[in-house]
Amino acid sequence: MATETTPNGAAAANARNSAVVRFAGDSGDGMQLAGTQLTDTSAILGNDVATLPDYPAEIRAPAGTVAGVSGFQVNFAAEQIFTPGDVVNALIAMNPAAFKAHYKDVEPGGIIVVNETEFSKTNLKKAGYEPGYNPIEDEAIDQQYKIYKVPITKLNQEALKDTGMSPKDVNRCKNMYALGIVYWLFDRSLDITIRHLNETFAVRKKRPEVAEANIKALKAGYFFGETAEMFPVRYAVAKAPIPTGKYRKVTGNEALAMGLITASKLAGKSLHYCTYPITPASDILHYLAPAKNYGVKTFQAEDEIAAMCAAIGVGFAGQLGVTGTSGPGLALKGEALGLAVMTELPVVVVNVQRGGPSTGLPTKTEQSDLWQAMYGRNGDCPAVVIAPQSPGDCFNAAIEAARIALTRMMPVVLLTDGYIANGSEPWRVPTESDFEPIEITHASYTPTGEKDDPGFAPYTRNENLTRPWGIPGTPGTEHRVGGLEKANGTGSVSYDPTNHQTMTRIRAEKVNRVQNMVPDIEVQGDEDADLLVLGWGGPYGSILTAVNNIREQGKKVATTHLRYLSPMPKNLGDVLKKYDKVLIPELNNGQLRLILRGKFLCDARGLNKIQGKPFLVEEIEQAIELLLSGEWGDAEALYPVDGNVDVNAQALTV
Amino acid sequence: MPDTPLPTLKAKDFSSDQDVRWCPGCGDYSILNAVQRVCANIGATRENSVFISGIGCSSRFPYYMDTYGFHTIHGRAPGFVTGVKMANPDLDIWMITGDGDGLSIGGNHLMHLLRRNVNVNAMLFNNRIYGLTKGQYSPTSETGKKTKSSPMGSLDFPINPLSLALAAEATFVARSTDKDRGLVGVLERAAGHKGASFVEIYQNCNIFNDGAFVFATGKDVREDNVLYLEDGKPMIYGKDSNKGLRLVGNRPEVVNLDDNGVSEDDLLFHDESNKPMAEMLADLHYPDFPEVMGVLFREERPTYEGLLHDQVDAAKEKKGEGTLEALFNAGDTYEVE
Ligand code: SF4
Repeated sequence: MATETTPNGAAAANARNSAVVRFAGDSGDGMQLAGTQLTDTSAILGNDVATLPDYPAEIRAPAGTVAGVSGFQVNFAAEQIFTPGDVVNALIAMNPAAFKAHYKDVEPGGIIVVNETEFSKTNLKKAGYEPGYNPIEDEAIDQQYKIYKVPITKLNQEALKDTGMSPKDVNRCKNMYALGIVYWLFDRSLDITIRHLNETFAVRKKRPEVAEANIKALKAGYFFGETAEMFPVRYAVAKAPIPTGKYRKVTGNEALAMGLITASKLAGKSLHYCTYPITPASDILHYLAPAKNYGVKTFQAEDEIAAMCAAIGVGFAGQLGVTGTSGPGLALKGEALGLAVMTELPVVVVNVQRGGPSTGLPTKTEQSDLWQAMYGRNGDCPAVVIAPQSPGDCFNAAIEAARIALTRMMPVVLLTDGYIANGSEPWRVPTESDFEPIEITHASYTPTGEKDDPGFAPYTRNENLTRPWGIPGTPGTEHRVGGLEKANGTGSVSYDPTNHQTMTRIRAEKVNRVQNMVPDIEVQGDEDADLLVLGWGGPYGSILTAVNNIREQGKKVATTHLRYLSPMPKNLGDVLKKYDKVLIPELNNGQLRLILRGKFLCDARGLNKIQGKPFLVEEIEQAIELLLSGEWGDAEALYPVDGNVDVNAQALTV
Repeated sequence: MPDTPLPTLKAKDFSSDQDVRWCPGCGDYSILNAVQRVCANIGATRENSVFISGIGCSSRFPYYMDTYGFHTIHGRAPGFVTGVKMANPDLDIWMITGDGDGLSIGGNHLMHLLRRNVNVNAMLFNNRIYGLTKGQYSPTSETGKKTKSSPMGSLDFPINPLSLALAAEATFVARSTDKDRGLVGVLERAAGHKGASFVEIYQNCNIFNDGAFVFATGKDVREDNVLYLEDGKPMIYGKDSNKGLRLVGNRPEVVNLDDNGVSEDDLLFHDESNKPMAEMLADLHYPDFPEVMGVLFREERPTYEGLLHDQVDAAKEKKGEGTLEALFNAGDTYEVE
């Protein structure tokens, strides 16, 4: 890696296996950008990376308050990692509110760099501290952490005083100053960020002076680390042994959008993304709207219902219709989704889950829409449900969802969550030849010309129970579909009792037969263990890490991951039978647990975290230990509290 | 230029094999006949015609047309129309809705369909009652109407579909009735209009609201109660063609041409491109005024799906047709060695 612009570090760096760094500041402080830059740089330097952004719920909460704090956590490592990390090794707190909201997540003895300039009386008060109290002067806190007081605002102003920029613009560069300090601390090259700043500000926005000021601030921060003799050590995180090849960093929403475009190309259909803005799904729209040169059409509908209906209309007309939303939006789409089941039309519904019910916790993650995705419609109304397990996996899951929808003529729900949607990881760049085309044949019919010509029958079926896809514009296959029950075969409206029972069973069996496209689940870890830890969706990384850690201690445990929630893999029942104990960690109140208990009569236990946050690896480890040791007892589920899973701290305190 | 074959399909060729299940005597029958005639007259093809409806008596319409059809969910037909049209702008789309479907549960969607100017022929069958649910008042029912759900009289003030369509920026707004000889002509013009056409059709529900529009359809009375609009022509009506509409100050007034000093030149002349006048005409109600029939307003504006496809074409021209290789390699890539 070229280090031309990077001055030689003075202090020798201590090697670390991984580092978890969190930037925290006001929502206007540019913390997301600083975090993204550290991520990109670390990825390009060869580390494995995982990120966790944390946005405030309010767009412009009062500056300096805890409600307005925005955070971004990066884990970069010299080994393969699957989570953004449980505890923070280094926190950058740009003001007292950021300090207050985040310092407790720092490991004992961990680094906290505070922007001392902002720890004024007024700001301490805004953060809700008692008059006369300043946490960075508190000895008890000082003994617990390594606190470095750096007057970042002031130093940044000094560094940029000759740029001729307004004080406001100068202040906006202080995130780069802070990033510079972090780059020095963790021995990172400045090159990648410098290139990014030049590209963004000098080339794209045609404001070279802004690029220059930001670069100046970044370098000044770096030099400060080097010359201030404040930090006794710096750290180095070596390259991770990841497979060679070309990579880029992707967020879950970005990967999902790319997957949809890829599916449309593989199918030779144009992608129509019909949606209504909603957190945390809107970024999919933001990614697709400028992708029109890929033949993508985006439709920002007047509401969630219209978006769903338009996507079904697209399917009826013979193209790829997709709608995207989050929990409350899926509730609104329910009736139309039922129509897609009834009319057997292809459509993909993306639900980026967030904390619920109702408006809930819009910017926080949760897995509590599983039941809604599986059952949240009137009538017996089954649909395929797929849940990707990581940001990069959203790409594959989107292709699979579209493939099933288009080739099996049915709606598919893609359940992601805020954690993987906004999180990012390195993604190996594929090539077109890595993918099978999505083969579609549209129906045709030549009228016999006879009086008794039965005409095109839209509800006949092949071996997968798939009906033919006859599309408007094609002579011969004219037909009518709708929400009234259809006679199997002809598709005419039918109120016949036996037909309704047959059709209800066909709709269920159609979903079941998708099993022939679903790979068997694989068990990792000790096949002969007593305990199987089974997860779905976003917790995949935390579960895998926890299981690996426990196994490193010589204890036996196995794990498996359910990507297909409906239909479930063929071998799931057999796998479950092999284990005495099954633990299902989920970010909800036990939704998959109830399904598996009902379906397989298996005494699954739950670890249920409903705090708007992903699992800590530690929490899952504790749950595993409790089950292995027998201390778990009879409880069907345990809830972590403050990072601890304690069988004696389960009472509901009201 | 290839020869365009003359239309060979007749009205009955658009009729499907399904038994029509409206109540005998329902106004929907004559509208169905009119639409089938229009399809034949304009040279429509079965394969390119799509009938999309919501829920309600009128929304059974697609089952009776031997074309493509989609009987969707209550109030949401506009969403489906938009999706179908985005996916295939070449199709001729007809949307069938009613006063409940289009103005109550689906009021929001109708408004957005019209303002976006999706190229569709939207027909709103207004019978001022809920038929399929057996006789509750609808958003167009008159205040005080006694129905099963309003035994002491409805409290709601009715909405005016034409005023709503004009306010929602529809580019073609017209009205007719199920008994009107002009219905076919109005629908032909709606079909010829490129953009969102909105046609309100007074439709008699002989079971739950019989005679609601007798003033506008009754043989003996209608000519004195309705005014057929013709572009560029003076607004004259009446059995003896002796009544007219003029403006006094800024208010409309009914005049008798037989009266001294009143001539045709004093009357309002219809101008389909005059929106303020259309808004005024939409707001004329029986019995104080004649109710207008025909095309109130029409303007050219690019269609939603046309603009959308233009943007796709422009993006392809500017950035080149996107390939998967370009997609995968966008952004900052790096090599791990
Ligand atoms: S209830 Fe009224 S509107 Fe419905 S079919 Fe019967 S007559 Fe027609």
